[in-house]
Amino acid sequence: MSVMSSVLFLAQVQPVPSPAPAKIDPPALDAVWPILIVLAAACVGVLFEAFLPRHQRWPAQVALSLLALAGAGVALATYLSDAPEAGEMAMFNTLAVDRPALFLWGTLLALSVGAVLLIADRSVEPGGAFVATAAIRPGTVQDRAQVTATGMQTEVFPLTLFALGGMMIFCAANDLLTMFIALEVLSLPLYLMCGLARRRRLLSQEAAVKYFLLGAFASAFFLYGVALLYGYAGSVRLADISAAAAGTDRSDTLLFAGMGLLVVGLLFKASVGPFHTWTPDVYQGAPTPVTAFMAACTKVAAFGGILRVLQVAFESTQWEWRGVLWGVAIASMVIGAILGLTQTDVKRMIAYSSVAHAGFLLIGAIALTDRGLSGTLFYLLTYGFTTLAAFGVISLVRDSSGEATHLSQWAGLAKRSPLVAGVFTFLLLALAGIPLTSGFVGKFVVFEAAIDDGMAPLVVIALVASAVAAFFYLRVIVLMYFSEPAADGPTVTVPGAFTTAAITLGVLVTLLLGILPSFALDWAAGGAFAIR
Amino acid sequence: MTPTYYLLLSALLFTIGAVGVLVRRNAIVVFMCVELMLNAVNLSLVTFARLNGDLHGQVMGFFVMVVAAAEVVVGLAIILSIFRTRRTASVDDSNLLKY
Repeated sequence: MSVMSSVLFLAQVQPVPSPAPAKIDPPALDAVWPILIVLAAACVGVLFEAFLPRHQRWPAQVALSLLALAGAGVALATYLSDAPEAGEMAMFNTLAVDRPALFLWGTLLALSVGAVLLIADRSVEPGGAFVATAAIRPGTVQDRAQVTATGMQTEVFPLTLFALGGMMIFCAANDLLTMFIALEVLSLPLYLMCGLARRRRLLSQEAAVKYFLLGAFASAFFLYGVALLYGYAGSVRLADISAAAAGTDRSDTLLFAGMGLLVVGLLFKASVGPFHTWTPDVYQGAPTPVTAFMAACTKVAAFGGILRVLQVAFESTQWEWRGVLWGVAIASMVIGAILGLTQTDVKRMIAYSSVAHAGFLLIGAIALTDRGLSGTLFYLLTYGFTTLAAFGVISLVRDSSGEATHLSQWAGLAKRSPLVAGVFTFLLLALAGIPLTSGFVGKFVVFEAAIDDGMAPLVVIALVASAVAAFFYLRVIVLMYFSEPAADGPTVTVPGAFTTAAITLGVLVTLLLGILPSFALDWAAGGAFAIR
Repeated sequence: MTPTYYLLLSALLFTIGAVGVLVRRNAIVVFMCVELMLNAVNLSLVTFARLNGDLHGQVMGFFVMVVAAAEVVVGLAIILSIFRTRRTASVDDSNLLKY
């Protein structure tokens, strides 16, 4: 009765028709199919884990992951054939699908093919590099049994795809909230993947804890930066922040405090300079295929984000903050080059090398010109493939307890396996930036853009740092070729098809971009960021 | 009501969280300090929403809560797995990876 009367009452007091709700068009999806395919395949992968019997999961997951990457690549190529030159906004202006974003998507997809092949390999380590069941406690009877078991925790494939989806969103994000969500979507699966090594599980779990705690700490900084910039500009869209910073009647404290905190979060993810402390530990402790994925793809995504934030949101205030990032780039190059000299573990050595490379990349990123942008994009492409192949090679040198990563164990490797030593030498030379490798072209275009933009002193420091870094790459080469192998030294595993394919991919791209870089340079210079 | 006070409170909470991450030894407590930082950010987001007179900040607060919940799931799983191995959650005892 009372319900009836209230309905009648409502009907009486609301005679005026309510205004028609604003019509919201469904978003056009043609620009974002690559992301949707990757994320959908990740969800299907989770269902596979739930419904397939254990022995069918590995083939199903590998096939699904590779198909998803191929499908996303086809979708990207299809879109690219008639994409608007200036880029377009997708998903209600949260994603900017412009030329740099498309280039980074292509790079990420290609690198992920290599990483998935390394992750899927079961020939180098019988059963794969991943623990059979992550819940088994290290050091127990079950743990010793799982080392020789043939199964692996196949959740790692959907986790890889989720992380990849997050990375793709991250480098196209047009507002800071989307960027934050993407940062978490890419980070959370990586934290878990770090802790899944089959052998040396204590190291692996420790790497996961360190990466998680420091990563969460850094994303809190990122988020506080977002909040302060929202308070400053009244919006988190990059173009709005840029517009607000151009008119100067607001508090600069909020702007620069917010920018500082935001950039600290980004630099942490890119393992730049003084924010690198997690990098060596995590690179060493994580399973090597995951390290390869992290080193290549996270770097690409993080620098994609840094480039977009600096060029779109903060270009108008560059004279205030550029000096600080000069200092950060110098710190990163010096730390990477000097501490890399003292390392005795080959994975840690590559980690410090990645810190030095992050410094070189940052030089390109703070040259706020079109050439700085295209040079940095090209450098990311070359660095990703080289480092992916390097970690692939590192996973091949093994002794009875797993991978032999101590440098003394690599002595005389050329006598045991001339091919592996030759390939690794080539990759180290590429990391050092010797001509005829992609590393040389990458450094050349970045430094050239930096000199054009008036940063000659920084380039001089970078050249000195790369000379110092070249010393520790050459030290490994000398060790492999001119030392006597130890009697109980490691063996070089003959890799199966998957790892061979991944290493070959990395080496071929490194060589090809060293000899014929012009086509990739043209792609990288396809256009600037869309600002809307 | 002076919104500035809320911003100052938020900055204070964020600082307490950050200092806690740096000085505390137990991984769970470190993680709680990170959560404190995220909630301090929520407070400033909501205050800025009030100052700016729009709802975006409040909506972002919801996003942050969801992300924090997801982070708890992943983080506690990782901390628990290392606790079961070592019988301690102290971050000082995780010292195999160094130099």
